[in-house]
Formats: sequence, C-alpha cells, structure tokens
Amino acid sequence: MQLEVNIARKAFTNAAGERHDVLVDFNFALGAGEVGVFVGPSGCGKSTLLKILVGLDHDYSGRVVRPADARIGMVFQEPRLLPWRSVEENVRLAAPQADDARLSMLFAVLELNAHRNHFPGELSLGLARRVALARAFAVEPDLLILDEPLASLDDTLAGRLRDEIATLVDSRSVTTLLVTHSIDDAIRLGDRVFLLSPRPARILAEQPIRTPRNARSQAEIAAIRADIEHVINGDRAKRIGI
Amino acid sequence: MLRVLSFAVFLATWWIAALFAGGEKLPAPPAVLAAIVAAAESGALFINLGVTLARVALAFTLAMTLGTAIGYLMGRVRLANRLGDPWLILLLNLPALVVIVLAYIWAGLTEVAAIAAIAINKLPTAVVTVREGTRALDASLDEMARVFAIPPWKAFRHVILPQLAPYIAAAARSGLSLVWKIVLVAELLGRSNGVGFEIGVAFQLFDIPRLLAYSLTFVAVVLAIETALVQPFEARLSRWRPRAA
Repeated sequence: MQLEVNIARKAFTNAAGERHDVLVDFNFALGAGEVGVFVGPSGCGKSTLLKILVGLDHDYSGRVVRPADARIGMVFQEPRLLPWRSVEENVRLAAPQADDARLSMLFAVLELNAHRNHFPGELSLGLARRVALARAFAVEPDLLILDEPLASLDDTLAGRLRDEIATLVDSRSVTTLLVTHSIDDAIRLGDRVFLLSPRPARILAEQPIRTPRNARSQAEIAAIRADIEHVINGDRAKRIGI
Repeated sequence: MLRVLSFAVFLATWWIAALFAGGEKLPAPPAVLAAIVAAAESGALFINLGVTLARVALAFTLAMTLGTAIGYLMGRVRLANRLGDPWLILLLNLPALVVIVLAYIWAGLTEVAAIAAIAINKLPTAVVTVREGTRALDASLDEMARVFAIPPWKAFRHVILPQLAPYIAAAARSGLSLVWKIVLVAELLGRSNGVGFEIGVAFQLFDIPRLLAYSLTFVAVVLAIETALVQPFEARLSRWRPRAA
C-alpha cells in the first residue's frame, strides 16, 4: 500500500496553556513495499508522528492518506505485551487470522520457539521485543511501524535482531516505517532515510539507498553515513548560528 | 496443623470460660453441639442456612454486577464520575441499619426489600474499588489494542478485564464479608426465616445454645466458602505473575 502524509501542523498545549509545535509542514510519501526510516534526536516528535499515522491521534491539521482498511502491525518502544497471556496467546490475540504455518515461520526466524508458552514477565527485554515483532508480522500488515525496535539492546543482540527484521521485511515486501536514532540501523534497513531536525520536526534531507539490503558493503555504509552526518552537522551549525 | 492447634486452643478457652460463667450465660461446647444436632435433625438448620445463603448469593451477585459496571463507567467517563460521586459518598456513609429499615418501610417486609437493602449496602464499596482499578488501567495497552484493531469486546475481555481482576477480587472479598454481616441484620428485622431470624428468636427466648448453634454453623459455612471458592479463585487470577525469588 501507499502512504501519503501531509501534516501542516501538530501542536501540544502544555499545562500553562502555551502551544508548542511538534510537527510543522511535515510531508512525505512512501511507495508500496518501501522501507522509510526516520532518524532524529530524541524528543523531536517521532513518536507523535507515528501516533498520527496509525490513527491514535486525530488532533492535527493536515491529512494522512492510506487505505481505510489497511492492516497495521506495530512494534512500540516498549514491547506492550499482555502480561497475563503467554507469548503465543499474545501473538494470536492480535492476529487471529494467522495460520499455524506462518506463526511457526515467525517463531523460528525470531528464535522464539522455546518461549511459546512463557509469560512476558519471564522474558528479557530482547525476547519481549522479538515477541512484539512476531505479533506485528503475524497480522500480515499492509503497513508496518517500528518505533525504535532496537533501543536499549546490547550491540550483538541489536545486530542480530536487525538482521532478522531485514529478513522478515524482505520476505514479504511490506510498506514499512522505522523510527530510530541510530544512523547505522537506518542505513542498513532503509530504502529511504529521512533526517529529522530537533523539535518542531522537519525533514532536513532525504537519502535514498538503492543497493539491496543484503548487499550493502561496509564502504558504502560508511560513505552514506558521512553524507548524513554532514547534513546533521550543517543543520546544527545553522541553528546555533555559526 | 497450626490451624488445628489454634482451633483446639479456642475450644479449650471456650470450655474453661463456660465453667466459670456457668451454663446459663455461656453453654459448654457439648450443649451447643446438642443444639446443632437438634436443629439439624428437624431440618430447620439446613432450611435456614439455605435461605440465608440464597439471599447472600443474590444480593452479592447483584451488587457486584452493578458495582463493577458503575465503577468502570465512573473510572472511564469524567461526567459519570462527577454525577455519581455525591451519591457514592452518601451511600458509603449511610449506616446499614438505615438502608434496611427504609427498604422495609418503602417496599414492605418482602424478599425484594431485604435483598435490595443488602445489595445497596455493598454497592458503593464495589463501585469505589472498581473505579480505582479503572483509573489505573494501562493506556499503552489500550493503544496497542486499537492499533491492532482488536474488536472492542475482545479487548475488554483480554486487555481490560485482566487488569481489573485484582480490583474486582478485592471488592468481592471485602464485599462478601460485609454481606455476611448485613444479611443477618436484614433477616432479624424483617424476614421470617434464615439464620438472622433464628438468632433473633433465640435472643428473645434467651436460648443461648440455639443462638450459638446458628452462629457457629454460619461461621463454618462462611469459612468453607472462603477456602473452597474465594481463595482458589484469587490464586487462579494471579497465576501469570512471576513469583519473587
């Protein structure tokens, strides 16, 4: 499915009654099966953007165009599993239509087979994230939203999970929006990387990456990284007025 | 083992106290046992216990159902809370006796009046507890359910209800102990059967063995229901919680 986003303005009113802009003139579109990655500093408004996209927040001016019946799979920053349901029940509750073969495939890729009957309270954060990923993929989403799925995991674990996400995304080309503050993750997972400014968030630049995900060389990643850092530093210099 | 020992100490204390006080005021255990057997043989014990239990069951179910629904509504909808709060404070502080007497005056000495009066006494505590539980609901799980388009009834059953369960269990637990106490007063004042009525008759006749016979069997039934129904239910509700090491 295609996603077209034109948010003219999204603001919050704080307790003192002052309005703060979170998103201003925020426009982008994603084609079917594209993986868009948003990279930006914490607190820039990424999570607010995601809430608007999935329909949890309607209080903004502008429009989001996506099929009304689009199935959404989402991985929140925290796993948000039901503590009183087992791993498998958590996935099945969100995805009642998923057949056993698909669940088996997901549990195998995400290395969750040994944990099917565990309760979330018995899982580490890394495992709980995997369950959240399994749940998001199990609904066979038209739109996949990943909100910092690799945050607060150690490097080895994050690297493995990143590869698993790449495998799953490629196995069934699904329009995906990933939010991260790691430039590395962005370059390894994205088809297009959007750089965001600090709040109120604007898109500073867009970096397309045409090499397939599994063929990206270290050299290429380093080169793109340098470009991206150049843009970010340029914006920072402009804002502080050097 | 400890429970048996503690029960034995209770019996012994009672027996010794009976010796000092004399059988007139405090009959010894055998006299009370004889009264229990006599009441059981005539069948009156079971009929009265059954009638009282039926009233408890009806009033309890009514109060819990209504209380949970109202509490959930007041926890979710601010307007409902504003409208309901003064009523809640009124009911919470209204003495049980007043409710029972008014119910009998307005609805006559009927079964409906008795059960309604008991239910009204229990209702506000259930409302308050469930309201607190509703306010403590995890909004992030609500968002999850909405994003994944889990149908509302299913979300209520699997996302909301398990979060409310400890509150509902607490309301049930405290509510049940309240209902046990109030049902006897209601029966004493306006019914012609049930444990409360029998205790009232025993009081008027100064028939202390009969009074104790009904009181003790009633307490035994309450204990049995607590251990056989309430405690296993609570254990089942919390089986997913990881136990602290």
